[in-house]
Amino acid sequence: MKAYVLFLAKRALQLLSVIFFGISAAFFITHLSPIDPVEQAIRRVTSRSNFSPTAVQALRESLTDMYGVNEPLLSQFISFWGRLVRGDLGPSLIAFPTPAMTLVSRALPWTVGLLITSVLFTWIIGNLAGGLAGYYQKNRALKLFGVVSMGLQPIPYYIVAFILLILFGFLWPVLPISGGYAMHVRPGWNMQFILSVLNHAILPALSLVLVGMGLWFLGMRALVSNIITEDYVTYAEIAGIRRSRIVFAYVMRNAAIPQLTALAMVLGGIFSGTVITEQVFSYPGLGSLLIDAVNGGDYTLVIAVTAVAITAVAGAIFIVDLLYPILDPRIRVE
Amino acid sequence: MVAIIKDLIKYNREFAIGIVLVSIVVLFSLLSLFSPVDPTILYSVMPEIAPSRDFIFGTNSRGQDMFWQLSFAFRNTLTFGLIVAVLSRVISIVVGLVSGYLGGAADRILMFFNDIFVSLPLFPILVLFYFVLRNNLNTYNLALLMACLGWPFDARLIRSVALGLRNREFTRHAVFSGMSPRKIMFEEHLPYVLPIVFSTAIANMIWAIGLEVTLAVLGFTNINIPTVGTTLYWANNHSAMVVGVWWWLVIPVVIIVMLFIGLFLLTVSLNEYIDPRSRLRRMEA
Repeated sequence: MKAYVLFLAKRALQLLSVIFFGISAAFFITHLSPIDPVEQAIRRVTSRSNFSPTAVQALRESLTDMYGVNEPLLSQFISFWGRLVRGDLGPSLIAFPTPAMTLVSRALPWTVGLLITSVLFTWIIGNLAGGLAGYYQKNRALKLFGVVSMGLQPIPYYIVAFILLILFGFLWPVLPISGGYAMHVRPGWNMQFILSVLNHAILPALSLVLVGMGLWFLGMRALVSNIITEDYVTYAEIAGIRRSRIVFAYVMRNAAIPQLTALAMVLGGIFSGTVITEQVFSYPGLGSLLIDAVNGGDYTLVIAVTAVAITAVAGAIFIVDLLYPILDPRIRVE
Repeated sequence: MVAIIKDLIKYNREFAIGIVLVSIVVLFSLLSLFSPVDPTILYSVMPEIAPSRDFIFGTNSRGQDMFWQLSFAFRNTLTFGLIVAVLSRVISIVVGLVSGYLGGAADRILMFFNDIFVSLPLFPILVLFYFVLRNNLNTYNLALLMACLGWPFDARLIRSVALGLRNREFTRHAVFSGMSPRKIMFEEHLPYVLPIVFSTAIANMIWAIGLEVTLAVLGFTNINIPTVGTTLYWANNHSAMVVGVWWWLVIPVVIIVMLFIGLFLLTVSLNEYIDPRSRLRRMEA
């Protein structure tokens, strides 16, 4: 148990340092750039109609005050962290005057839901199929599954999502291709809404699962085909233990531990995939929000989304680390 | 080297398919060196002609011959992938070897930053750079940026090999004969990690090109430079699928999928070649 606590403390320290360094990097990238958010906002406002110079000057002063860009960088940095901890980064520009954090908290559940569902499905299906393919190396169906998932794996999320969009949007329109739920359904805890949400999540989740599966399949197959040469597996076979028990409890369980480590390592990449998939299917999550914010030149919202994304991914990695004792009893007893 | 490749083509079907697919795409992109047209000129031919004898890949709504346009696009995309792969290999070799051989505080500090880089979601950070740099984010700047972000996985891999090399007899001999740590790392240990460097370089190219395509499709790079991503961006921008100009989207997607699968098969077969256990298994089968 002591070893596990120590392990967790180390991981927690890493979690905090990732969040700190990542968000600080985001701050400095935006603040050391030659682009002035105040001038950008003014250009956006004045491009639509004419304003008197005094009005523009007043606008400039109040925006400078709001962004605090006239202060030295260090004090900006400290006050940025202060506001971030309080969860208030100021109003967004594309949906003025809604606070940026409100927009982010509205989008976050969609992304988290999509990410958790697709990661669970991907990891479980990929590892099960890979483990079985490593154990039953002659099985035709598993070989075919391997070829297909390996073929899909190197293709970027965008292309796969896009191909699905064309297939199910233009050629065989049976599934909804945009939005988080149907227009006519009222959001709430009713059956109609839940079904609509699930129905709309099929294509985005499917594209994430299709791309992600190959990695786990390949890794698990390689791990299992090494483990089955170990003495304890041969011993278990001679002892007459049921095949299914050997595969799941003796072989795959051992191979699952490095696969969990791998999951923690690729979560950041999977998050990037989710962002893109959301954009393709106009899913109302963080990804679509980020892209809208960039296109709208919304300084505050871009930083807010990035900060929340970094925190969310680091948090998810930490949760994966918490799962180790379930798979590896050695951590529990020590 | 040549003998190894010959053997791989002969005995490893994945490698043979991979090398054929990649060569086709590379040759196609090299054709752009002899291109009769300038890819940046718009409306030089009749727009929206379906693939025919005059225009093998058709023309797009912007009046460009898709054959030459795509040839340029793939050359830029491949160059981009290659730059990222080479630069990030340099970083990962240095970090991996130093961290693995020196150990101690240097190892802890380097791996601390390594773990941070692994945990960061890169896409929002790249978008942030685009947000700041806008059209200054051209192929070379983006390649430099991605190289600075794409090394940590492989640095860890190289470190694990270097850790093993540190305790080998020949390293002790080198230390006792007064070789400097720098010489030991880059003259004695480097040859041992080179196979990994090659196979991860291809995997890194897949990663870099994939991200470039994604960023460009969203319009988050300089969209006036023809790459695979920007080609798709312009096709979407002109609603090619809705208008019925399917060749504008389908042909680049087919070629890029060929490239990805080809590169992927190369990494898989190279990894297998590096790991002698799986080579033995193949010989038995």
